[in-house]
Amino acid sequence: MKNRLGNFFRSELFHNFLRNPGAVIGLVIVIFFLVMVLIGPFFTPQNPYDIGGLDLMDAYKPPMWMDGGERAFPLGTDEQGRDLLSAMVYGSRISMGIGLIVVLLSCVIGTFLGLVAGYFGGRLDSLLMRLVDVQLSFPAMLVALFIMAAFGRGFGKLVFALTIVGWVLYARTVRSSVLVEKKKEYIDAAKLIGLSPFPVIFRHVLPNILTPLIVIATIQVGTVILTEATLSYLGVGVPVTKPSLGLLVKNGYDVLFSGLWWSSVFPGMFIMLLVFGINLLGDFLRDEFNPRLK
Amino acid sequence: MAEYLLEVKNLKTCFELFRGTVKAVDGVDFTLKEGEILGIVGESGGGKSVTGFSLLGLIDLPGRISGGEVFFRGEDLLKKSEEEMRRIRGKEISMIFQDPMTSLNPLQTIGSQIDEMLALHTDLSSAERKQRILDLLTEVGIPNPADRINNYPHQFSGGMRQRVVIAIALAVNPRLIIADEPTTALDVTVQAQILKLMENLVHKFGSALILITHDLAVVSEMTHRVAVMYCGKIVEEGPTKDLIANPHHPYTKGLLESIPKMAGARTPRLPQISGMVPSLFDLPKGCSFAPRCSRATERCLQDVPEMRLLSPGRKAACYHPAGMAEEGEGHE
Repeated sequence: MKNRLGNFFRSELFHNFLRNPGAVIGLVIVIFFLVMVLIGPFFTPQNPYDIGGLDLMDAYKPPMWMDGGERAFPLGTDEQGRDLLSAMVYGSRISMGIGLIVVLLSCVIGTFLGLVAGYFGGRLDSLLMRLVDVQLSFPAMLVALFIMAAFGRGFGKLVFALTIVGWVLYARTVRSSVLVEKKKEYIDAAKLIGLSPFPVIFRHVLPNILTPLIVIATIQVGTVILTEATLSYLGVGVPVTKPSLGLLVKNGYDVLFSGLWWSSVFPGMFIMLLVFGINLLGDFLRDEFNPRLK
Repeated sequence: MAEYLLEVKNLKTCFELFRGTVKAVDGVDFTLKEGEILGIVGESGGGKSVTGFSLLGLIDLPGRISGGEVFFRGEDLLKKSEEEMRRIRGKEISMIFQDPMTSLNPLQTIGSQIDEMLALHTDLSSAERKQRILDLLTEVGIPNPADRINNYPHQFSGGMRQRVVIAIALAVNPRLIIADEPTTALDVTVQAQILKLMENLVHKFGSALILITHDLAVVSEMTHRVAVMYCGKIVEEGPTKDLIANPHHPYTKGLLESIPKMAGARTPRLPQISGMVPSLFDLPKGCSFAPRCSRATERCLQDVPEMRLLSPGRKAACYHPAGMAEEGEGHE
C-alpha cells in the first residue's frame, strides 16, 4: 500500500498535476467543499433546520461588515432569521450529496447497460441505443422537470429524476469504448480460455474503459449540481424545509429587490465556485487521459 | 478412442456482409493425430486464422460456421452448446495469438492472467496455483519468475510476453494448441527461440499443435505435416519434407520458389507469383488459383478441382499437378 502511494507521487499524472495551476486550484476548491460539508455542521453558528432555534427578530440582518450586521450572522440572515452561512453549509451538503449520489447511480446503471449493449450487440444493443437516442433528443432539464412535476418535490424523487436523465451519457460512452476494446486480442484470449461473457466483461473489458468514465463522472458531478440548483430554483426540487444551494438562491431572489442582495448572491457564488472547481479538475483529467491531446 | 485427435470435415465458415457473402473457409478437411504438429500455410486473407477460430466456435457475427463437422476426440464440437464449449476452450484446446503486445490484458499482472486459466479449469488451491504459475514461467524460460509474477505486460519485451502467452496456453495441459502466427510480430532472433520453445514444450506436454503461419521456413523447421490454404480451401496437404522437396500444387510451388535462397546460384530476380489474391467477394468460377497459374488450362477456369491422392500421403487439388513422375495430362 505504501509502495503504491509512493508510486502515485512519482507518477506522471501527479507530476503534471503539480504543473497545472488550474487543476491544483480545482482540487483545493473541491477539497474545501468536501471538508466543509463533512465537518462544517459541527462549527456552524446555527442549525438552520431547527425551526425552534430561529428568531424572527433576527430576520433580514445584513452581513456583519455592513451597518446593522452582527457577529453571530457573518453573512447575514434571511426572512426567517436563519443564518445564511449555516444555511449555505447545510445547503452545500445537500447539493453535493445529490451530485455524488446521482453520478454514482447513473454511472453504475449507464455503465452496466453500456457494457452489455456494446459487448453483446445485436437487438439488445439497438434497443438500448434507440432509447438513448430518444432521450438525448429531449433536453435533460426538460425531462427532469417533467418527472419532478409529475411526482412532486423530494430528495429521493430528485435523485431518481436526475439518474433517469443522467445514465444515457455513460451508456453511450461506455458502449463506444467497449466496441473498440472488444476487438482487441486479449478479449479473444479471455474468451479462449473458456471464460463466460460476464467475467470477460467485468474483469477484462471494464478496467480498460475506466478512463473516459472517470472523466465524464467528474464533470457530471458539476453538471448535476447545476441541474439540481436549477430545478430547486424553479421550485420543483428539494423540499423547502431542507434547502439546497439552488433553493437558497431562489429564496434570496424573492427578496432581492428589497435590497437584501446577500441572501441570493452568496449561495449563487457558492454554486459557481463549487462547479468551477469540479470543472477545473475534470478538464485536467480529460486532458491527461486523452492521448490525442498529448 | 477415435483414430484422430482432431478430424475436420468439410468445414465452412462464411461472413455475410453488406457487399455479399464471403466464404472465408470453404470446405476444409484435415486430420491431426495426438502429438502431431500440423502447419497451415497461406497468404494473408487465405482463411487460416478463421479456420483456427472456427475450431473453437468463436466466430463473431456477421460470421457463422455454415457447415461441416469438427470431431475432437470423437465428438463433434460444432454440435456442442456454448456452455460445453467453454469447458473445452483453454482446457482441451487453447490458442496462441499473433501479437503478444495485444493478447495480454494491459491492466492485469501476468501472474493473475495465468491464474485465471488455472482457477477456471483446475481445482488447485491458491498456493498450489501459485507454485504452478512459477513452474510454468520457469518452463517457458522467464528468469526470476518469483519477481516477475507481479509485473504487468508492459514491463516485458515482445518475446517475453509471447513466452507468457505460451505459459497461459499450456497451463492446464491442453490436448491441442492452435498457434496463430505466433512469431510474426517478433524479432527474427527471438522467432527461432520461441519456435524451439514451443516445439520442446509441445513434445514434453504431449499436446498436438496446429501452427498457422505464412512463413514456410517456420513450417519446414518444426511441423510433421503441412496444409496449404488458398482462398479458403486447402489446396495441398502432405508430410512436410516431401511437400517442400516436391510440391504438387502450382501455388505451393510458387510460394516455395519465392523464398530467397542464401546458397546456390543466384537468380537475377526472385520469382514471384504473378497477379493478386482474388477478392473473396468475387472468386473465379473454376480453381481460385487458375488466373495466376502458369499451368492453368480451359478446364481449370471452368471446374473446381477436388482434393485427390497424388502419391502416398500426398493430396492436392489440382488438375495439372507439378512434380509428378509422369508429368501427365499433356498440358505442356
